[in-house]
Amino acid sequence: MIYLDHSATTAVDPRVLEAMAPFWTEAYGNPSSIYGLGRRAAAAVEAARAQVAGVLNCRPAEIVFTGCGTESDNLALRGVGLAQAARGRRHLITTPIEHHAVLHTAADLAEHFDFEVTTLAVDRAGLVDPAAVAAAIRPDTALISVMYANNEVGTVEPLAEIGAIARQHGIPFHTDAVQAGGYLSLDVEALNVDLLALSAHKFHGPKGVGLLYVRQGTRLWPTQTGGGQERGRRAGTENVPHIVGLARALELAQADRTDENARLSALRERLAEGLCARIPDIALSGHPTHRLPGHLSLVIQGAEAEGLLIGLDLAGVAASSGSACASGSPTPSHVLTAMGFSPQEALGALRLTLGRANTETEVDYVVEKLPEIVARVRGMTR
Amino acid sequence: MSGGVDSSVAAALLVEQGYCVIGVMLRLWAENLTPQPPSLRGKGEARSPLFVGEGLGERLNRCCSLESVHDARAVADKLGIPFYVVNAERPFKEAVVDFFVAEYAAGRTPNPCLMCNRKIRFGYLLDYARTLGAAYLATGHYARVRRDAAGRYQLVRGTDRAKDQSYVLSVLGQAELAQALFPVGEYTKPQVRALAAERGLPTASRVESQDLCFVADGDYRRFLRDWAPKAVRPGPILDRQGRQLGTHRGLPFYTIGQRSGLGIAAPRPLYVLGLDVAHNAVVVGPADELGRDRLTTGPVNWISGQAPAGPFDAQVQIRYRATPAAATVTPLPAGRTEVRFAAPLRDIAPGQAAVFYDDQVCLGGGIIEGTHGWLGHRPATAPRIIE
Repeated sequence: MIYLDHSATTAVDPRVLEAMAPFWTEAYGNPSSIYGLGRRAAAAVEAARAQVAGVLNCRPAEIVFTGCGTESDNLALRGVGLAQAARGRRHLITTPIEHHAVLHTAADLAEHFDFEVTTLAVDRAGLVDPAAVAAAIRPDTALISVMYANNEVGTVEPLAEIGAIARQHGIPFHTDAVQAGGYLSLDVEALNVDLLALSAHKFHGPKGVGLLYVRQGTRLWPTQTGGGQERGRRAGTENVPHIVGLARALELAQADRTDENARLSALRERLAEGLCARIPDIALSGHPTHRLPGHLSLVIQGAEAEGLLIGLDLAGVAASSGSACASGSPTPSHVLTAMGFSPQEALGALRLTLGRANTETEVDYVVEKLPEIVARVRGMTR
Repeated sequence: MSGGVDSSVAAALLVEQGYCVIGVMLRLWAENLTPQPPSLRGKGEARSPLFVGEGLGERLNRCCSLESVHDARAVADKLGIPFYVVNAERPFKEAVVDFFVAEYAAGRTPNPCLMCNRKIRFGYLLDYARTLGAAYLATGHYARVRRDAAGRYQLVRGTDRAKDQSYVLSVLGQAELAQALFPVGEYTKPQVRALAAERGLPTASRVESQDLCFVADGDYRRFLRDWAPKAVRPGPILDRQGRQLGTHRGLPFYTIGQRSGLGIAAPRPLYVLGLDVAHNAVVVGPADELGRDRLTTGPVNWISGQAPAGPFDAQVQIRYRATPAAATVTPLPAGRTEVRFAAPLRDIAPGQAAVFYDDQVCLGGGIIEGTHGWLGHRPATAPRIIE
């Protein structure tokens, strides 16, 4: 099987598994416990926090471990949003290409908590214009949320510029960095962000653990209360092995990223050129240069993605049509339609995302197979 | 695959026979999808208020509920075959649901399964299967395919006469039958259950073919009220002399031959004789006015691909589960036929199919357009009846 869906999830790195191993049956203590077993677990969590803080260029105390990227986004929007609402600020600024973790949370705040949401336009490449962010700011703006890199089309947003604008106005700035975690700089100082969400399974860590960076001084109401873990910002017994795994995975991915990004970019170019040369009426979507290195997103006219994906699977290639969450649903991608693609075009969206294990041989196989599959799917009478 | 016994056993038998099998479930249109997230609310089609807040996370089309997807996936996993849910919501809505509503609005009694087999299962899905490089489309229908001496494909009743589904497959032609496999058609239902049990597969049926899978609560009258309110208007109940005997609740609530539900006190029991769409009237009369011995069909699908040269005797089935009745079928111009029964039938409903059989072999069929041959006297003043 050729796995070309690294934006959906990734295999756990054996070195990550190894780091997690002691914390299941050996050092299984509850970090809140006073005895040695508990202290060892607590030390492991704090070491992981420090490791992550090193990558993000922040203080360890600014890291909140969560259960997944979606939870991190929820905590950012609800936690900051509701804290700001208490001070009379109920206006959110976001983009139409966010993950549903952000979009649906913003919609929920609007529906049940009287928030107003300004959804910024994006251009044909999926880029947000920082000037549009500045123009949307109001005295009651509570939070700005713009994703780092888009999951469906791979476009990387100009966070530093947007963050600078947010800072000038004293408005907290959140970014969903789930897709960027393994590939881009996460230096929160350089990015000018106040909140940043990550998910471990996107960078060869385990599923079921994420984090939210919360800049010191940012008002945040906990959305989950209980035993006061994570400095009261996310109650619940720490998931020690997963937290250790997240930190190790992040460290490994970030250490390798310069070389690996160059390799992935080259593979992506090979794949894109091969497919564009062999398939008529095909277009690349997303920004040509401001993008994730191994992320190729295509719009194949006159071919619905469902048939392409089944054809690819039968040929031994794992791919997706956009976000994994949306598959099986007939709705055209909200990302592509926001970028100005017609619903019909959006139904022909195909996402091939390369990662660590992929080789040139695999890319060449896909370049050979996909054109036949496209031709057959296009031949379907409707 | 539906996750039920028939399609599961069909897949298992093919795997055992050495076929390379791909499992597919069709995702069909349903009245109510999973609750929409707040950001999307208000943009979709109006949903029936009956279901707001119900069926959380569950699709209500009984052919492809979330539960049946899980079951079918588990079967495919056990058989070691790939499994996909193929989205056919749009074509199903257009070809089957809209047709169903329009037929009732026109005073006919449609059979949506026939249309689904023609346009969706052996239309859209067969085309899909060909696209994926498949040589055959197999289903869990109780029917058999044979070849005659000339090499033509024949559709034959399933071995289990009580479960036979050739009626709803009578819309197929040579091109479809050449690529159709019905592995359970060779067995009886108890045998199929035993085959399933031996293999550790589900032994329960999902849905019967005559079920209206897209009507969430199975109540097609409620469905029509919600989706075609204009077609469900109260109107007069008339006798054949045009006298009003009462008020009906809407034409779709009545079908020819029906006795109960008229709400009229009469010296003799009254039956629905016909529906007069032009006057939104239900026409009723006593039992002895009910039987008809002739019907005409629209263009017939001849499974052999060739229309017969002249009249012939056949057994004709006028509903899915009806007992076949002896009749003479006479070809008319434009592919239509007239069917003359040896004895009158009481429940010939326009919109259903008349399907012709030569013993076990299904010859094809056409949609019933009208009936003739009143047994009682037809007075000159009778209202025009769309029969």
